[in-house]
Parts: sequence; structure tokens; C-alpha cells
Amino acid sequence: MDAKEIIARRVAREIHPGMLVNLGIGLPSMVANYVPASLGVFFQAENGVIGLGARPPEGMENLSLTDAGGGFVTAAPGAASIDSAMSFGLIRGGHLDMTVLGGLQVDEAGRLANWKVPGKMVPGMGGAMDLVTGAARVVVAMQHAARGESKIVRSCSLPLTSLRRVDLVVTELAVIAPTEAGLVLRERAPGVSLEEIRAATEAALILDGDVPEMILA
Amino acid sequence: MKGALTPQAAAELIPDGASLMVGGFMAVGTPARLIEAIVARRPRNLTLICNDAATPGKGVGKLISAGLISRLIASHIGLNPEMQAKMISGEVECELVPQGTLVERIRAGGMGLGGVLTPTGLGTEVEEGKQIVEVQGRRFLVETPLKADFALLGAWQADYVGNLRYLLTAHNFNPVMALAGATVIAEADSIVPVGVIPPDAVKTPGVLVDHLLIRPGL
Repeated sequence: MDAKEIIARRVAREIHPGMLVNLGIGLPSMVANYVPASLGVFFQAENGVIGLGARPPEGMENLSLTDAGGGFVTAAPGAASIDSAMSFGLIRGGHLDMTVLGGLQVDEAGRLANWKVPGKMVPGMGGAMDLVTGAARVVVAMQHAARGESKIVRSCSLPLTSLRRVDLVVTELAVIAPTEAGLVLRERAPGVSLEEIRAATEAALILDGDVPEMILA
Repeated sequence: MKGALTPQAAAELIPDGASLMVGGFMAVGTPARLIEAIVARRPRNLTLICNDAATPGKGVGKLISAGLISRLIASHIGLNPEMQAKMISGEVECELVPQGTLVERIRAGGMGLGGVLTPTGLGTEVEEGKQIVEVQGRRFLVETPLKADFALLGAWQADYVGNLRYLLTAHNFNPVMALAGATVIAEADSIVPVGVIPPDAVKTPGVLVDHLLIRPGL
């Protein structure tokens, strides 16, 4: 199982029946593959649909039905199409139960940076700042390191997405819960030791009781 | 509603230096025939207000590729490397705005409000140079309203009085921009007799629409 699949399967277990969830583009969107339809979860895409469905059959795509990355999707039973003001009203107004976003860095204060690498990559924040500010629960789904450098850092060197402390960070090595006291190591990936996680992490990690292996969906 | 224009006639209304709000999200819901006609006429120094920069050669990406834009206000340009290069080189001045703030600034402009108070962006680069106010114990950024000379809308159906209906994820910024453009031009996939769009399904009332584009294929 590759890193992204471990992350997506673990994040899927955070999603409970009846939730309204926004999945970011890229890795976070893979989470939907591991959430059974029987849970009755509604996925929101911020471009304007509540009740995002799977890919349509080849040749039957509707040009006016896409996800926030521009990929063709379907609408699940009970879906609603909405404009951007309503879409961000749901997000900012606290009506969204959970958002799953990718990240460039998370620091010891639980702050996320994910929209800009000054001088190199300036994609823009899109909906990320509103999502992190307004969602009831913020889960960051990202690989533990990039080009050998830990993405879980003492203090973000990249521009912040929000001052809000995120609720959970899931990587292919660990599940980490940012708290007022710092980053608490909650779970480790199957077969990964605490020493390996510590060695791969720049930030200080707090141990608070057992660190069981992740259970994957 | 003043009547239906050819894409060419509509493009001729847009002078150099105009500001344009263009509906669409990654080109879904963007008025494609109107964009083509503007690219053919080549007005210069335009200000573009749009959710994103689409991709090169798609939607508003065509206006950027053609070098018609000198200023862009958008939330995301990450899927258009051409736009990123133009921003870094300074050819296009680019203001990046959180998506929820962008739509509310446009709504404020169109609905006669003096701005928006939002928690989004507090403590980030977005805060720089902006006023912060406290209301009921919570801090908010003051974001100013946005208006434009033109709002260019993409709709699914229009009727003879300009009522508009949108399809699925092609609503996005269109219904909000309909109030914020001094001149509103709408392009619909089809034009239908009055009554085909039930009053409850009208998302943009025709009183806001100045011009429709003639039907596709003419």
C-alpha cells in the first residue's frame, strides 16, 4: 500500500454517518473511495454541489457538472446545486462538519500553511482559507516529508492559511492531534516505530498514553 | 433587456481599460462565445475579476494568453502556469483573494453594501493593510466591495426578457456577478420562450440583464 492510500484510508475513518464533508483536490479527494455509500455522507465541492458522486460513465459526462478540480463527477441522490455565495456561506458559516485539506507545513501550534511558496509557487488560496476558518473540524491529509524535509515543523516558515489550530493531521507514518499543549502523537502507521516517526519529524511530539497502530478503512 | 447581440457586437461594447467580471469556475459556466469574440477584437489593459485563471486556452485563460489583461483579481491561478509566469514577471498585476471573500465582495458591490466583515484571512498575508474590527467579541477583517464595468455571464437557459437559469455546477459566480456589473451581458446555451423557465427557477431576473447573445449557431 503506498503512502497516499494509507493516508486516505485512515482519514476515511474520521467520517461518520450523515456528515457534510469537503474534500480538497488531490490526495484528500481519494478519501471518498474508502467511505461506503451506506454512511449517507454528503460531499460538498465548493464550486457548487452538495452530494458529489463518483465519476460518470465514459462518454456520458455533463460539461456543467464538475468537482473543484474541474474533473467530471455525478450527483448523488439528494444532491443540490448551489452558487458560490451559498457554497462559502456553508463553509464560513459553520455548516460544514469537516474539511480534509492537503498541506505544505503544519507547526507545533497546529497552524497550517498550504497556499504559497514565495518566489516559487503561488497558486492562490482558492477556498482553503475559508475552509480552515469555518469548518467545524479540519483534517490535514499530507505526506510526512517532502524532498527529505519534515512537513511537521516547529514553526511554519511558509505563509499561513489561517491562525486556527487544525484538529488532526494524518500522514503515512502517524496520526497527530494538535492541542493547546502541542502536537500529541496519537497513532502510528502499521509497522512504523515511534523512533522512526520522531526521526522523520522536526516538531516536538508529545506522548500521552499508548500509541496504537492505525486502523485503516 | 435591450435585445440580442452577436458576439462581435457585444465585444465591441468593451473598450480598452474596462473592468470585467466573468462568471465561471475552471471555465465551467464561463460565456465561451463572448470570450472568443473579445479575444478577436483585442481590447487592451482590461481588469479581470473571476474566480480563477482557468487553464491556458480555456475560459478566461484565453484572455490571459492573448495579453489583454493587465490586472487580475482571483482566488486561484494554480492551474494556469502562463498566468503564474505573468504575475511573477509583473506583466499582470494579480490580487489573490480567498474565494469566499471574493464572492462576498462582489455581492457587497452588487447589493449596495459598504463591504464585508469576515474572519477569513485574519493573521495571514491577506490581513496586510486592512482594517480589523471587533463585533460581539469576535474580530473581523473589513473587505471592500467590488464592482465592474461589465459582468459577462454564462447561463443554461435565457428567455426573451432575459431571465436566466443555470445548470448544476455552472452557477458559481454568475448569479452574484449579475448585480455587480454596470452592463450585464449574458450568453445562454439556449433561449426559450417566456414561461418555459418557471418563475421559481429564475436565478437571475431579466431586469438585471442588459444584453443577451444571439443563440448559438447563428
